[in-house]
Amino acid sequence: MMVMPENTPVIGKTQIRLLERLCNAVAVSGDEAEVRAIVLEEIRPHTDDIKIDALGNVLAIRHGQSRHRLRVMLAAHMDEVGFMLTANDGEGLFRFETIGSMDVRQLVGKRVWVGREHIPGVIGARPIHLTTSEDSIREIPLEALRIDIGTENEIVKPGERAAFATRFTRLGPSLRAKALDDRLGVATLAELVRHAPPNIDLLAAFTTQEEIGHRGAIVAAYALNPDLAIVIDSTPAFDIPSHDGSENTSYNTRLGKGPALYIADSGTLSDPRLVRFLMETAGMNKIPFQLRQPGGGGTDAAAIQQARTGIPSISVSVPGRYAHTAMGLCRLEDWKNTLKLLHAALWRITPALLGKERR
Amino acid sequence: MTVKEYEHLERGNGLKSLIKKLVEIISPPGYEAAIRDLIRLEVQPLSDEVHVDALGNLIARKGELGKNGRKIMLTAHMDEIGLIATHVDNNGFIRFTTLGSIQPQVLAGAQVRFLNGIEGVIRFQTFSRTSELTPVEKMFIDVGATNPGSCPVKVEDVAAFKGGFLDLGRRLVARSMDGRVGVAVLIETMRRLKGTTDEVNFVFTTQAEVGARGMAPAAYGVDPEIGITVNATPASDTPDDPRLGTALGKGPVIQVKDGRMVAAPQIVDWMVHTAEKNRIPYQREVLSLGSTEAHVMQLTRLGVLSGMLAIPCRYLHSASEMVDIEDVHNAVHLLVALLESRQKL
Amino acid sequence: MNDILPFLKSLVAAPGLSGYESPVARLIEAKWRPLVDELSLSRLGSVHGLRKSNISEPPRSIMITAHMDAIGLMVTSVVDGFLHITNIGDVDPRILPGQPVIVHGLKDLPGVVVLPPGKLLPESLADRPIPLEHLLVDVGLEPGRVTQLVRIGDLVSFASEPVELVGGLLSAHSLDNRVSVAALTVCLEELQSRTLAWDVWAVATVQEEIGLAGAATSSFQIKPDIAIVVDATYGKGPSADDWNTFGLGSGPTLGWGAEIHPFLYNEFKELAERLGIPSSMEIMPGPSGTDAYAMQLAAAGIPCFVLGIPIRYMHTPVEVVAPKDILRTGRLLAEFITYLQPGFLDGITWDDGHA
Repeated sequence: MMVMPENTPVIGKTQIRLLERLCNAVAVSGDEAEVRAIVLEEIRPHTDDIKIDALGNVLAIRHGQSRHRLRVMLAAHMDEVGFMLTANDGEGLFRFETIGSMDVRQLVGKRVWVGREHIPGVIGARPIHLTTSEDSIREIPLEALRIDIGTENEIVKPGERAAFATRFTRLGPSLRAKALDDRLGVATLAELVRHAPPNIDLLAAFTTQEEIGHRGAIVAAYALNPDLAIVIDSTPAFDIPSHDGSENTSYNTRLGKGPALYIADSGTLSDPRLVRFLMETAGMNKIPFQLRQPGGGGTDAAAIQQARTGIPSISVSVPGRYAHTAMGLCRLEDWKNTLKLLHAALWRITPALLGKERR
Repeated sequence: MTVKEYEHLERGNGLKSLIKKLVEIISPPGYEAAIRDLIRLEVQPLSDEVHVDALGNLIARKGELGKNGRKIMLTAHMDEIGLIATHVDNNGFIRFTTLGSIQPQVLAGAQVRFLNGIEGVIRFQTFSRTSELTPVEKMFIDVGATNPGSCPVKVEDVAAFKGGFLDLGRRLVARSMDGRVGVAVLIETMRRLKGTTDEVNFVFTTQAEVGARGMAPAAYGVDPEIGITVNATPASDTPDDPRLGTALGKGPVIQVKDGRMVAAPQIVDWMVHTAEKNRIPYQREVLSLGSTEAHVMQLTRLGVLSGMLAIPCRYLHSASEMVDIEDVHNAVHLLVALLESRQKL
Repeated sequence: MNDILPFLKSLVAAPGLSGYESPVARLIEAKWRPLVDELSLSRLGSVHGLRKSNISEPPRSIMITAHMDAIGLMVTSVVDGFLHITNIGDVDPRILPGQPVIVHGLKDLPGVVVLPPGKLLPESLADRPIPLEHLLVDVGLEPGRVTQLVRIGDLVSFASEPVELVGGLLSAHSLDNRVSVAALTVCLEELQSRTLAWDVWAVATVQEEIGLAGAATSSFQIKPDIAIVVDATYGKGPSADDWNTFGLGSGPTLGWGAEIHPFLYNEFKELAERLGIPSSMEIMPGPSGTDAYAMQLAAAGIPCFVLGIPIRYMHTPVEVVAPKDILRTGRLLAEFITYLQPGFLDGITWDDGHA
């Protein structure tokens, strides 16, 4: 018997505004405070129990009502890749290191926000007029870059973190912002918590330090000890033309084709029972979806699946171009369908899902 | 021949046919159901309890913890290196990536079989400089399809090497020998083990080839004091191998250290002492590169005193891996002797 | 003031390579026995010393740790009486040629690390630093005798004696991390005369240099409410003069980064200032390279902090430390523990004003 989902969540102005606030916040791995505050504000009224653990994860539980309920963990990470200031070189110039995996070629000539006050800074470059033609084809090493706050000051200190200074904006069917990986997941999870179904215990984990080794997820999974886990993330779409017009065989995912289900990334081989379950759910509800190409990348699922005696896990992502850069891009429609799919899936979960062993 | 020689031959043939059965089953990481079913058939009659955990590990317990008994875990991995399809191009050629580490030289020209039964061959675009190594991204599998619509393989389908079993007398060659030889050792050890005051858990792990992912939950669930992994180790007794390592036929290998772990000295001493006392040939090894799953087991919960036993194997991570049946025999002897010894650690 | 030196020197003289820490563990046990209420070993051999609190209600616990293992070498094969070796922990092969070592075979055998002449090495390596697999150890005995005494897997440790340098500095091998074990000892000695509201677990962990197995298992076993890791950090010296290096004698470093709970950093900083103990902020944008990496993730997670003692030339047999940095670190730790009240944990926040 199919249970029709009630009070289906929608992505409207409120949800987009929430995503905007989340994307514009600065929350680099290890200091997720700004996003954590927004999350707490959003979900506290909708949870039975909520706490912040030793790594800064927000762990929230919403109990179901039916007799035999599975404990379902949903995870989305609050942190983004960014920078940490390491030394004051004087005159407002700071040396810095990257936090999380970033392509150094994406840093030059960008604006950044430092710390929770969003103090503006820039990562400059030598003028092209003063660059020899030899130098211009060589990459600029990280050691040569500085974050420039303007002048000597007492406000900014080594140890502070910084992120790209990108304001969220809408471009027709697309959303452009920094940190869509994984503020999309955070916003989606917040909505799912508000619309939690009665047939499961929903264990929401807004994790920290995903970008530097899924560290928050490791302890969150141990503490919550769920029956299964679904990770909500954003995965790259490399769906742009190849230089010679040949077929692009490594697109990973494509914008506009719906939520991406993971079969295999570099850290997890999704539980096939969950893969089939999500594909069935999408089919029954006529929700478009795509399969993410196997290989590469990684999500909190890699950590969660290994907790205690093991947790069947899968990841579902909103496709996004240009992840880990100043300007990411995704389609509003893909986000809507991701939320729809997950909500419909949660409503269908019964203990029978894990009745037989993994195969 | 003498009765003893006959029994030895019988046992050898028994072990050989067990290995032959095991290596035929395609079970890449994450998709071990088929090999698990076969192993379960073999071990169910020999166990007090069998169960499968959330990541598909098979755990077979023999014995109850008696007075002065020890809780022991012996492990071997069920999975094998494999491939997963990433894209079917416009002409029906299948792009793929590997599950586990496989060198390009070994892939080129290999025949593979998908879990769904479809077979094909791996090739690459020919370059003018044949000495250049083709990366995996530029390889493809040809199953005879001409377009994506009619291709019997879809993105995400998994495959492994197809390969014949060669019985060369003492030497055996097969695909997936890497984990399966350990599996055979464990099953045979279970068969030979008489009553014990220990609780011995025979654990057949999943996803070892992609980073020992099954091991952590398995070890957490069993929570042993002592653990020994049984694996294959790369032999270096072939032409031009510069390493001074182990050789086929000189006995199972007691690994003192691998790339990620130092074996517990008490366990190494126990293994060496028992081998010498029972006149079982063995080799000592320190591996600088490469590792087993033991390092994950070692740091589970309160810690597990861990050791590593290995079967020397030529041509590891190829479609034709070679072991010596006497080494396999002697590994079984050693494990049985260890479990039957009452040496205090 | 130099009371800690004799103990430190005895620590350095005891072998204790990663995975084979028993000799140094025994020394530590003997030293800590009179300073703690309970003493035990973890399954993997870490030393656990419990100094109980003086209050009656069930107390919180703080775990202070230092790894006791040291880097070294191991025999991989014996060829014509010469030993091939591999590293245990990170060893820069360039510091090895000519080093006096001890091969722990059936007997302890003095030996030397040999750089073979160029003619006996692959041509591609001529005049370049020689990688580890081409270095040899010569113990000076006939090949037949060597085969009797030395087996694959035997340990090889550095043999140099500790030396006091001008100005009170000490040079020795394995200062990483015996200096921190010494600091923990200073702390325990200070705590003898104090009344404590928290239980203190002093832990000397195994295997930090090869995978943190001691840190992971001891923290899982004890599950403390707070964990403080004391480890050696980079002292300023030639070719090591950047923002992540610290002058000898400048006091302990206070760690800052993803593995550090920011509340603990602030507490330690304020305390050091109040006590007039010199200290520096040690910014760690990446992994700390210490036991904290594993401890922070034990079970449901543990708030961690890292105290660093600067040493020059880390992971060479000629590491150098300023003993007063050890004393200051021990003292800062003791003061922090003394000042812990039962309600301290309730004050740990993430600075958002929510629980």
